[in-house]
Amino acid sequence: MKEADKKWELRLYVAGKTSKSVTAFSNLKKYCEEHLQGQYRIEVVDLLEQPQLAEGDQIFAIPTLVRKVPEPIRKIIGDLSNEEKVLVGLNIRPA
Amino acid sequence: MSESQKTIFKTPYPTLPKTLTGINGLDEITEGGLPTGRPTLICGDAGCGKTLMSIEFIVRGAVQFNEPGVFVAFEEKSDELAMNVASLGFDLKKLQQQNLLKIDHVHIDRSEIEETGEYDLEGLFIRLGYAIDSIGAKRVVLDTLENLFSGLSNQAVLRAEIRRLFTFLKEKGVTAIITGERGDASLTRQGLEEYVSDCVILLDHRVINQISTRRLRIIKYRGTIHGTNEYPFLIDEDGISVLPVTSLKMANSVSSERVSTGIAALDDMLGGKGLYRGGSVLVSGTAGTGKTSLAASFANETCNRGEKCVYFAMEESPSQIIRNIRSIGIDLQKHIDSGLLHFNASRPNLYGLEMHLVAMHKCIKKYKPSVVIIDPITNFINIGSVSEVKNMLVRMIDYLQEEQISVMFTALSLNTIVNEQTDEGVSSLVDAWILVRDIEFNGERNRGLYVMKSRGMKHSNQVREFVITDKGLNLIEVYLGPGGVLTGSARQEQMLLEETGAALHSQAIGRKDREILRKRKVLEAKIASLNSEYESVEEELNKVYLEEELKKQILAKSREEVIRLRKGEAVDNYKKEGKK
Repeated sequence: MKEADKKWELRLYVAGKTSKSVTAFSNLKKYCEEHLQGQYRIEVVDLLEQPQLAEGDQIFAIPTLVRKVPEPIRKIIGDLSNEEKVLVGLNIRPA
Repeated sequence: MSESQKTIFKTPYPTLPKTLTGINGLDEITEGGLPTGRPTLICGDAGCGKTLMSIEFIVRGAVQFNEPGVFVAFEEKSDELAMNVASLGFDLKKLQQQNLLKIDHVHIDRSEIEETGEYDLEGLFIRLGYAIDSIGAKRVVLDTLENLFSGLSNQAVLRAEIRRLFTFLKEKGVTAIITGERGDASLTRQGLEEYVSDCVILLDHRVINQISTRRLRIIKYRGTIHGTNEYPFLIDEDGISVLPVTSLKMANSVSSERVSTGIAALDDMLGGKGLYRGGSVLVSGTAGTGKTSLAASFANETCNRGEKCVYFAMEESPSQIIRNIRSIGIDLQKHIDSGLLHFNASRPNLYGLEMHLVAMHKCIKKYKPSVVIIDPITNFINIGSVSEVKNMLVRMIDYLQEEQISVMFTALSLNTIVNEQTDEGVSSLVDAWILVRDIEFNGERNRGLYVMKSRGMKHSNQVREFVITDKGLNLIEVYLGPGGVLTGSARQEQMLLEETGAALHSQAIGRKDREILRKRKVLEAKIASLNSEYESVEEELNKVYLEEELKKQILAKSREEVIRLRKGEAVDNYKKEGKK
């Protein structure tokens, strides 16, 4: 499966392995497996390691999930504990 | 780190270390700048100059003190910001290329953001920390944190995170400015920033009588003394200038050189040489007493010496003044043509006092005159209180003294009795005060001029009559007659009267002399006639004597004859008698 074929490109910004970051990642993984199986790619960016990347995506809160593809860019901040909000926010499920 | 900063850090904390802002006047008020390594809050309403002051702090730090700075903009994009401050001569692009400045635009758009669950602002901290570390920034500005609150809904998290942000900034050791919009009941909307900041500066933009003035006040400054007043400040093409009166040190050098006022008789009254160069003189008087004529004469004299003069006309247009002054034989136009005289005419209520001050500063800086005339200062009272006008004039005088520029103010006193001591409150500030006043007497108005005060020189205590003629201005000594001070036609009349009196008097004396002469002549004549009378009487008496004698002789002779005849010698005797 080629990278370009992925319909959903998601990027999760975290700062170290905090509990919020871990929760957010596991939540995201769960939703994607349920609703977007095989069509998604998750990239985790640790800002403690790559602080220069924060500016490009206008990150100020941690954790932040950015939907790069499909356009338009959407952002969801928080530990993604509310599934309904995440799915609506990512436009996986119509509001 | 610059040298100055190092030395501040090395001191064993006798006082709070401070970072110079480089903003005109602000460092004087804060006695050395903002607290080093601590956050400062600048708050105020929209359009009061928060962003400008903070960016000037960053730019001046980079340019003057070689301290790199980070500007975190929550509102404006980097390009917009660069364009907005380009008018102040700040080249943000160049500073960014030199790694002296980093602008980080934090864009928060509620419509793009969904909040689910727990989060914190670690991302912002990381960005800020990265920006600071990448250029080694000493100065940080966050403009403005309000946007976080409008973009995010979890207030509890935000408040906690903002507290953490202040701690973070302190840990980073950066001198930070946080701007905040003014809230209804507190200094900021959240009522939070002012408590966690070490220094709080409130900016204010007030409109009084339709004239706006910007003001600045330091509300709090932990661990140091600071000016507590409201200080007016202004924003022009050179950035912000705070003008604190109290910071002026009164340590100007003074000149003992004297300059003529253009009226020889007035120079005589001022110790014979005129005014001190760099001094200030106030000419006050009621309407129509010739204040402008005096000022124009001073300007004319300055230009005749080949020196420059700037004339701030607050009431009349330049052409009006030139026309009017030509009628007293002074041609100002030729000085304008030769570039020595410059008129700057503006209505006092064109803008606020502060702007007037700036406009004057600028004009004076541009033309570098040796004499400045402000005619009149009275109308400034329309746009500010007496104390404000006084403050402004103090600063003006101080600035001019520093530059060794003489200044002449004219002031209109509405009522000669009440206002004698209070002409805009500047009479105590000026070095010399010349008062022109009406003397009403005998159905005419005349001008009397006297020197109320003149610091550091012997000056006349006399009232002189101030006359304006076709050939210029002159002072005449007033006539002190038996009936008091006389001026104008009364003076001339009295002088004429005295002249006539003198002529009559000398006439009278001449007549008396002649009278005496005549009397003497009469007496002498009388003496002569009496003498001759005496002579004739004497003659008469002599005649009687002779006759008597003769008679006696004849009688004696006849007796002898008779005797002889009786003795017979009658014939001979007869013959003798016949011969006689």
